[in-house]
Amino acid sequence: MKKKTIIQISTFLAAIAWILVIFTDLSLLFSTTNNLKPGIGAQVPLVMLYVFIFAIFFFYRYRIEKAESVNFTDLLWQVFVTGLVTTIISLLLRLVVLVLGTSQLTINPLFLDFIFLTNLGLMLSFIIATFMVWKRLILYQKSKRLLNLWVVFEYGLLISLVLDLVPIDLPEYVLTTLRVVLILLGLVLSVNMKWVAYLNFRQKWRSLLLIFLGLFYLVYFFWSVSSAAVDLSARSEYFLDFSDSTFIIATVAFVFIYALFSLLVILFNLPTSSVFEQKLEEVVNFQRLSQSIQTEQSEERVFDILLETAMSTVFADAGYLEIHQDDGKSKFIKSNIDPEGILNFQASFRECKLKIVKELGLDKTKYQSAIKGSPYKSVLYSPIYIRNNPVAVLVLLKDVTDGFNREMTRIVDTFTNQAGISIENFRLLRDALENERYKETIKIAKKVQKSLLPEKLNHNEDFEIAALSEAADEVGGDYYDTIRLDPDRVVLIIGDVSGKGTSAAFQMSQMKGVFLSLAQLDPSPGDFMIWANNALSLSLEKKFFITASYFIIDQKEKKVTFARAGHCPTLFYSKKDNKVLTFKSKGLGLGILRNGEYKNYVEVNTYKYNPSDVLLMYTDGVTEARNESGEEFGFERLKSFLDKANGYSPDEIRANLAEQLLNFTGKGIIDDDYTMLVVKFREN
Amino acid sequence: MIAINSKTEGLIEWLTLVGEVDASSSIELDKAMEASLKNGTKKLLVNCEGLEYISSAGLGVFMSYLEPFRKSGVRMVIYGLNDKVMNVFSILGLDELIKIATNQEDAQTVIDQA
Repeated sequence: MKKKTIIQISTFLAAIAWILVIFTDLSLLFSTTNNLKPGIGAQVPLVMLYVFIFAIFFFYRYRIEKAESVNFTDLLWQVFVTGLVTTIISLLLRLVVLVLGTSQLTINPLFLDFIFLTNLGLMLSFIIATFMVWKRLILYQKSKRLLNLWVVFEYGLLISLVLDLVPIDLPEYVLTTLRVVLILLGLVLSVNMKWVAYLNFRQKWRSLLLIFLGLFYLVYFFWSVSSAAVDLSARSEYFLDFSDSTFIIATVAFVFIYALFSLLVILFNLPTSSVFEQKLEEVVNFQRLSQSIQTEQSEERVFDILLETAMSTVFADAGYLEIHQDDGKSKFIKSNIDPEGILNFQASFRECKLKIVKELGLDKTKYQSAIKGSPYKSVLYSPIYIRNNPVAVLVLLKDVTDGFNREMTRIVDTFTNQAGISIENFRLLRDALENERYKETIKIAKKVQKSLLPEKLNHNEDFEIAALSEAADEVGGDYYDTIRLDPDRVVLIIGDVSGKGTSAAFQMSQMKGVFLSLAQLDPSPGDFMIWANNALSLSLEKKFFITASYFIIDQKEKKVTFARAGHCPTLFYSKKDNKVLTFKSKGLGLGILRNGEYKNYVEVNTYKYNPSDVLLMYTDGVTEARNESGEEFGFERLKSFLDKANGYSPDEIRANLAEQLLNFTGKGIIDDDYTMLVVKFREN
Repeated sequence: MIAINSKTEGLIEWLTLVGEVDASSSIELDKAMEASLKNGTKKLLVNCEGLEYISSAGLGVFMSYLEPFRKSGVRMVIYGLNDKVMNVFSILGLDELIKIATNQEDAQTVIDQA
């Protein structure tokens, strides 16, 4: 069933039961006073009263106990409001009686009984409402034991209710024992006052007032119901007596005891309330500080929060954070102090020695309680460390002596520790992001550089060509390219920038520009080198040079014309001689001589080629690849490789060489860029 | 890794290179040669008997001092190169620009010719 339905049903039931209580009880009273035989059993009003009690019980159970998070003062407010409403009704009745004076009606037992019953009902409503509120307060911080005890108490009350109802005469001592046990249980339960600690100063005052008024209502009702009962018993033998009801006695006693206890506990807690509030605030501040890393966008915000929370926690009059920066200077974040004040303070601060707190291993935060020559008499000094490096100092100031104690020092110390962690996390996060960005940039550089190497190689009808280039780092400084000058002639270039990595890659892009511009002009290989040297002399960095070999393959003349500029000598397999030759001509690397004398150091050579001849161009990454024991692949090994592999296609030669290179280096690495370019002349 | 030792005897400064000159250790070679240039050394002998390997970055250092040395009138002779290192110098063509002697005696003779 829904909560709302239960509340509605119980309200309805309570109303019906209440009407029946009054009706049946009055009719019984009427019968007895007029010596008539009553048409209903003497127990009926009592049963109806208990039905009423149950209905009210359920009503408040769902109104109060099951209500979603309600704070303490709201709960006490409910007690107060219920008490107020019921008291007003009761007082109105009293007013009616007063107005009527000593008329016939006011001494009529029936009327007196009506007043009595109404007061009883109002009192029961108020008591049960209060009972439910107390239950919530007691069970605010529940343990298994407490919960069990409460269940026992409630069942005890239920049993007492049933015993009141069942018309069997139990010996007096049983009832007395039950009452004593129930009252003791209520007493034991009443020591659960943990909720009081969570009230702040204002709430405590409000609670005090509310509970006091509640107690007042209780006393008033008890008095008015009791006096009504006494009044009534004087005029009629019969009335619904409750003074024997164990249930009512135990419940009233419990409600009263708990109210009294609460009142006293709150009263005695009032003076220490500010301490609890402060502790609570410390916890909240600490949380704020630790959360600041996730939410704040800058270190500065973390520092701001640290200063703010530390100041409010120890009630400092002024404070500042001195942040050590990379350039050796300090940056200040201030609160209630101007730069001049900081300078003045620092001057007088240097003169005095600090007490160092070494408790709990926290030996870095210091405080001093008497400083001369400064408007501030006490200082709390707490450095912030990141991995044992001081990054900042938190300084808190008070204008009274002995302003700080060990307790405060320890709290501020935890704050600065937390701030250190937050800032470290923040920096790690920032570094991670930066690294990610670098990686992304390198990826782009790699892509750009890949596009500098040709996707497709030009060739003519006389030869086939294959190439492979690998960079040691993400980007490299090796270069090869081809241009078809005319149907007969193709230009080939292979180059290697000194060094490797990003800087080499940048220089390599210059080489590509030089090649693509100059080769269009169709210079001789020698002229190409001279012009390229001129151009690169103007643009290459001081310590960089480029080695290159430049070939023109002419299928009409069946010849290769070439020049070498400090580059690894090209291997040439001659089918006719069945021999590997080395194209080792004179030639200086580009960018070495930048004074116009370069032309003296370059020469052009020409070889006639035949079908099945092979040209193998490579960079020094191939010959200088090392195995685990540091041995180089070497020129001779490359030569003998070509001697054996010349029968294959260029693609196969390239693949075989790459495989052999990797096999040779094994677990060793090729820590240089390496490139190979294979040209094979077709058979007729 | 490279160990560079420098000593001056009379008018001659001796640089002794032991180890490998790669991209990172070339910076030390650069510093040593820079220092020689600043010292006002006019005769520089570079002992490469212990030089096992030189990368293009190391060659770049030698190359970059050709012009400053020429302008300041510094004569440099390197000697004691092993075959591999010599090959690297000659492939690049640096052997045509730098005076290379086979051994110390040779080197001293060459440098005193000026």
